[in-house]
Amino acid sequence: MRRISLWLFSTVAAVVLLFSYRTSTSTPAQATAAPITITGPTPAPTTTGAAPEPDPTTSTAPTTSTSGVAKTYTGSVASTRWGNVQVTITVADGKITDVAVPVYPTENGRDQEINAYALPVLRQETLAAQSADIDTVSGATVTSDGYLTSLQAALDAAHLS
Amino acid sequence: MSATTAVPQRAWVDQIMGLPVSIHLRGDQLTGDDVEQRIAAVFAELHHVDAVLSPYRDSSDLSAWERGALRLADADPLLAQVVALCEQARHRTGGWFDPRGLPDPRTGEPRYDPSGLVKGWAVERAARHLQALDGYGWCLNAGGDVLVHAPADQPAWRIGLEHPHDPARIMRVVERRTGAVATSGSTHRGAHIIDPRTRKPTTAVRAVTVIGPTLLWADVYATAAAAQGPAALPWLDHRAGYDALLITRSGLLRTTSRWPAT
Repeated sequence: MRRISLWLFSTVAAVVLLFSYRTSTSTPAQATAAPITITGPTPAPTTTGAAPEPDPTTSTAPTTSTSGVAKTYTGSVASTRWGNVQVTITVADGKITDVAVPVYPTENGRDQEINAYALPVLRQETLAAQSADIDTVSGATVTSDGYLTSLQAALDAAHLS
Repeated sequence: MSATTAVPQRAWVDQIMGLPVSIHLRGDQLTGDDVEQRIAAVFAELHHVDAVLSPYRDSSDLSAWERGALRLADADPLLAQVVALCEQARHRTGGWFDPRGLPDPRTGEPRYDPSGLVKGWAVERAARHLQALDGYGWCLNAGGDVLVHAPADQPAWRIGLEHPHDPARIMRVVERRTGAVATSGSTHRGAHIIDPRTRKPTTAVRAVTVIGPTLLWADVYATAAAAQGPAALPWLDHRAGYDALLITRSGLLRTTSRWPAT
């Protein structure tokens, strides 16, 4: 189960990084780079279809901050070994305030595990890291291969511009 | 909670030495040539260190020196500096840090591999380009080893210590205005820490984090403590300015006596 949640987290980070690099360098990113969609100061689009609705009571909704305007970043649909995944992240004041996964695999045996367990965990982990209000992570050496599965990637992505 | 500051912050990331290296900068002016040039200088210097000292590259001065194809005196002067520092580190740690006879990352054959010292040393050295940015706060993170600086008018950096059982969770938070936080452990790469006495991988600890003024020594001490295990704590208690938090193999959390309460 851990592998699944980490894999999903890597998808989040990967999607964020792909479009972040695109906006930071203004150069064409890799062929898989996601188009970025920035919508207004609204919460992330909620899930579609039969996707599990995250528990709203655990949400740390963007507060009425002085300067922050919540932006929702929508990644492109990424193909993974288990199927297509799309992630949206809401960022306010440089902090991820919400994570949603509007597209996820539904056509193989992993469905139930992913739907029932991994997506809520993914969301909780991201929000937990945010609520700890940390700027960076110290841990056993993260390699470049492992970077996209790391919390540091999400923290970096929130500030790439 | 996060209403402490609204200092603008910007991040840059590069992959160097097989590690993600990220720089976060805080200040009012985060664009412009001066900032960009200094960020680029940090990354360029780390790329240069990698080219000279990588054990993964046959073309590095390190590899050529080890093959006997290059004399130390003819190599990039960084190599001699690192060899001297490694010798100092070996003495300071009572032999628990030792670059000799480590398994080659590609072949597993014993070789001289100073990587455990090079990362912290190189990051600290490259950070001088950021120190020249007057009035800015910065946080440099190289694969989980961190060096920070916060000027008086900015909040301290909050460094989350990764949970050794679950890299997606944070175990503790350390606040630092200046200095280093270095962690060694087996979370991401398995049992890669070598006991210099047996030359075999050891899992004496799950993770050990060392904080202190310099990343060079925080990183060396963390590496040494990961090899030695909990017995390193009394020794670490006598490293002036350095403190450690250690998770034992059985999962117990232990710290040096001056570890900051959070």
